[in-house]
Amino acid sequence: MAAPELEIIVDDPTAPDAASPAITDSAAVEIVVSLALLALAVTFGFDNWRTGIGWDTAGPEAGTFPFYLALILSAASLYGLVTALRARRRHRETFVTRAQLRRVMAVFVPTLLFCLATQFLGLYVASFLLISGFMRLVGRIAWWKSLLTALVFTAAMFVTFDIAFDVIMPKGPLEAAFGY
Amino acid sequence: MEAFGLLIHGFAVLLTWKILALMMVGLVLGIFVGVLPGLGGPNGVAILLPLTFTMDPTSAIVMLSSIYWGALFGGAITSILFNIPGEAWSVATTFDGYPMAQQGRAAEALTAAFTSSFIGSLVAVLLITFLAPMISSFALRFGPPEFFAVYLLTFCSFVGLGREDKHKTVISMSLGLLLAGVGMDTVSGQLRMTFGSGDLLRGINFLVAVIGLFGISEILLTMEERLALRGHAAGISLRVVLAVWRELPKYWVTLLRSSLIGCWLGITPGGAIAASFMGYNLAKRFSSDPDSFGKGRIEGVFAPETAAHASGTAALLPMLALGIPGSGTAAILLGGLMVWGLNPGPLLFVEHKDFVWGLIASMYLGNVIGLVLVLTTVPLFAAILRVPFAAVAPMIVVSCAIGAYAIQNAMFDIWLMLGFGVAGYVFKKISIPLAPLTLALVLGSRAEDAFRLSMIGSGGDVKVFWSNGLVGSITTLALLLLFWPLLEQAWGQVGRAWQAVTVR
Repeated sequence: MAAPELEIIVDDPTAPDAASPAITDSAAVEIVVSLALLALAVTFGFDNWRTGIGWDTAGPEAGTFPFYLALILSAASLYGLVTALRARRRHRETFVTRAQLRRVMAVFVPTLLFCLATQFLGLYVASFLLISGFMRLVGRIAWWKSLLTALVFTAAMFVTFDIAFDVIMPKGPLEAAFGY
Repeated sequence: MEAFGLLIHGFAVLLTWKILALMMVGLVLGIFVGVLPGLGGPNGVAILLPLTFTMDPTSAIVMLSSIYWGALFGGAITSILFNIPGEAWSVATTFDGYPMAQQGRAAEALTAAFTSSFIGSLVAVLLITFLAPMISSFALRFGPPEFFAVYLLTFCSFVGLGREDKHKTVISMSLGLLLAGVGMDTVSGQLRMTFGSGDLLRGINFLVAVIGLFGISEILLTMEERLALRGHAAGISLRVVLAVWRELPKYWVTLLRSSLIGCWLGITPGGAIAASFMGYNLAKRFSSDPDSFGKGRIEGVFAPETAAHASGTAALLPMLALGIPGSGTAAILLGGLMVWGLNPGPLLFVEHKDFVWGLIASMYLGNVIGLVLVLTTVPLFAAILRVPFAAVAPMIVVSCAIGAYAIQNAMFDIWLMLGFGVAGYVFKKISIPLAPLTLALVLGSRAEDAFRLSMIGSGGDVKVFWSNGLVGSITTLALLLLFWPLLEQAWGQVGRAWQAVTVR
């Protein structure tokens, strides 16, 4: 008996061009990240020092444990900063190319807008807008397919979470109009 | 055999229609998660966790762990059929699995993958069944210093044994521990690191961080790649299954070796990814014909799959026995335990027998049902890949947001998730490991409590961590592991110097 075969072909017309120029190198990003972590460690360390890192009647004060962690974090980030500065002199490794960054932004920006929309319009309306908009504008999928998919998925989520499992999501004016 | 009786009791807990149905739902969702790009085991479990908030703990853990088994099975499908590993731990499966599929032996390769996954987890579950109760009853004698020493051991072994740059592991871990401390201090009630923000008062929830770090960042990373694929989805006929199973005894050495590697790396924080590669490489090294690997040898599928599954399952052993997760996904299940109001640790075996043995029994049952399910429905799941990523990506984003919001009903958490998503993307690209951060976030407050209680008990004397043989040897072992790379280097230099002397 021959097993039934099913051919699956998926194309990616907007795939990032392999020859696209690099935006920045990994060592540069490492330097920025190390500096940011260092700043975070110093801020946290200072706040914990202010809270108290000594010993009181109930044992070590609240800031003690995190204070020493902030010290460890700042030491490790300083070390990372130095190694990244050294590595950068030797050779540069691509962090992200322009074409890749464009694709990443094509997801990140809609996600950011989705979070904003959730805050003001509620999660379900935002979800409908994100899915239909993303499928149509980024995926170039037909309007009717995009709208239908978004509607079905959003409705399924609403039924699953808000009705079946009693997990209440943020709502906006639309749901209010329907009395939810 | 006390464990055996309790296991039977566990099966009795499971055998209700409701739990069996939840198990099926979990397995199907898990295979989905394993097959789809941009969704892995850890974030699949994290996103679906909110579904379980209103369930009782036993149903919840059965469903979540079934998602985990499903994801472990699902990863193999795309590796073999399309040369695209759905999960990092199935990369090694592509080496021989994809060539087999190209030679028209896809059904054989898939059967081999699923069967060996099943064997791997079975060995690990047997280990859990008999070892976990022993470890946990031993750990009942632990006081705060012992617990802190065990936490220290976990953290140090990450630094000492991890493959990443040491300072990057330290960064990831200390950042996680710091973030775990944000909010109200549990001992004194004082506020720490909140900077006057009302939202930070609640603290940074571990699950929100996980959803961002693994869910959102994975989508950003996936978009960087070319997402085209081409292949055949083959159905599996019973004849092929039986033919492969008849061959199994011939490979018992490989299967046993990979199971043992997997169990070891699962318990220690090495993880399924390292286990699958190690299983593959050792099978190749010990083979009489190593050159035939990579060209479609069935042993090359058996070895990594067995190891990956054994490791993924064994990672639950320290979580159950000590409350210390052996992998990212185990860490999320641990987070789930806390949400359902259970206190992870050795007392779990005493206070929640139904829960623990129900979970262990579900490991047996889930793997049997999972095996049958994947063997019969492969083409269906492979067809999911026809759905364009432009439709999948926004749905994953929405699911992530639902998951993040549902944990504490806070809009702030959705923003936090987005922040963690960006951080996770950048960290992954500059190879700062995320697993230590996850582990630190979930264990942070308990490690701190153990440390402070020990300090209070001893009046601030650090010598308490060497106050008896047990705690002393754990602490010493932890420090040894931490400085292991340095010791190894020093040892090598001594050896070379000695060689130079003796040669002369």
